[in-house]
Amino acid sequence: MSSHRRVWYPYVSPFDPCPPIKAKAYSTPPSLFLGYQPPNLEQFTPMEALKIGTLWKVFYDPWYSPYEVSTEEDQS
Amino acid sequence: MKQLPKEFYAAMEELQAVDFVLVELTLYLDTHPEDYPSINQFNQFAKERRRLKRVVESMYGPLQQYGNSYSDYPWNWAEGPWPWQI
Amino acid sequence: MWVYEKKLQYPVKVSACNPMLAKFLIEQYGGADGELAAALRYLNQRYTIPDKVIGLLTDIGTEEFAHLEMIATMVYKLMKDATPDQIKAAGLAGHYADHGKDLFYHNAAGVPFTATYIQAKGDPITDLYEDIAAEEKARATYQWIINLSDDPDLNDGLRFLREREIIHSQRFREAVEILKEEQGKKKIF
Repeated sequence: MSSHRRVWYPYVSPFDPCPPIKAKAYSTPPSLFLGYQPPNLEQFTPMEALKIGTLWKVFYDPWYSPYEVSTEEDQS
Repeated sequence: MKQLPKEFYAAMEELQAVDFVLVELTLYLDTHPEDYPSINQFNQFAKERRRLKRVVESMYGPLQQYGNSYSDYPWNWAEGPWPWQI
Repeated sequence: MWVYEKKLQYPVKVSACNPMLAKFLIEQYGGADGELAAALRYLNQRYTIPDKVIGLLTDIGTEEFAHLEMIATMVYKLMKDATPDQIKAAGLAGHYADHGKDLFYHNAAGVPFTATYIQAKGDPITDLYEDIAAEEKARATYQWIINLSDDPDLNDGLRFLREREIIHSQRFREAVEILKEEQGKKKIF
């Protein structure tokens, strides 16, 4: 899993109606941590940048659907 | 309606990639107006996009109007297909 | 003025005729944290914000219109050849009864767009914090739409849009830092 996810463990009641999801994750994107962007950060090629949605590698933080996770999750 | 040649899609994507770099550098320079190397990179890509614009327009017709592109005869700006159709 | 360019910002692709995904996507067209709301929010705030961040609001506001066109393209492609039966099965019969296959500025639940989705407080820090929050909300919305979608080509486009929210958030955070500095200060070289 990407380093831009945080996991927490909600309380599980014996009376919860659905099978509990024991670990829940949320997104903490790179823009929370970088501060004022320093100069000369490593870039993607233009074609990679277009595919991903940013020019700078430091901001790369993709989100995959559960339908895609099995094939793509490990790329991040 | 006219069908676009296969080369069009590759050329358009190349222009989209170069223009995307220009969008990213634009926003970056809005908050980093004194980053000289980034301004150089911006100007290099601005030059490259002029070249790619001509390549795409030769297959697709004018990308902008109001005089930002020249027109063929007859007027071909309002001809499809439009971006959401291709 | 604005000049239209006959080109999408990103090469949008959709792999399957699936009008149900159009129903979810319309959230980012006419919803509270959608691309229309974003464009109108930033382009309205820019008139009275300190000069140093007018350019940023103008450029991000303009990019939001490119994103609005991407969402419209996705919805258009998903709906274009859908049959009335498919539209009914997708839960879009209400939309179809009123609008046919036209797009409309409403959210995924059919609530029409309203100016109350955006704020303009006249206080630069307040406005920029609103903008940062708007970007985070749009990012979250894209996450939930991607989770609902099994269309890999569509998800590539949605991932691009979600990544743009991260960059815009970054730039607005930098704009706050710019405004924290004294504005009249002369730079000494």
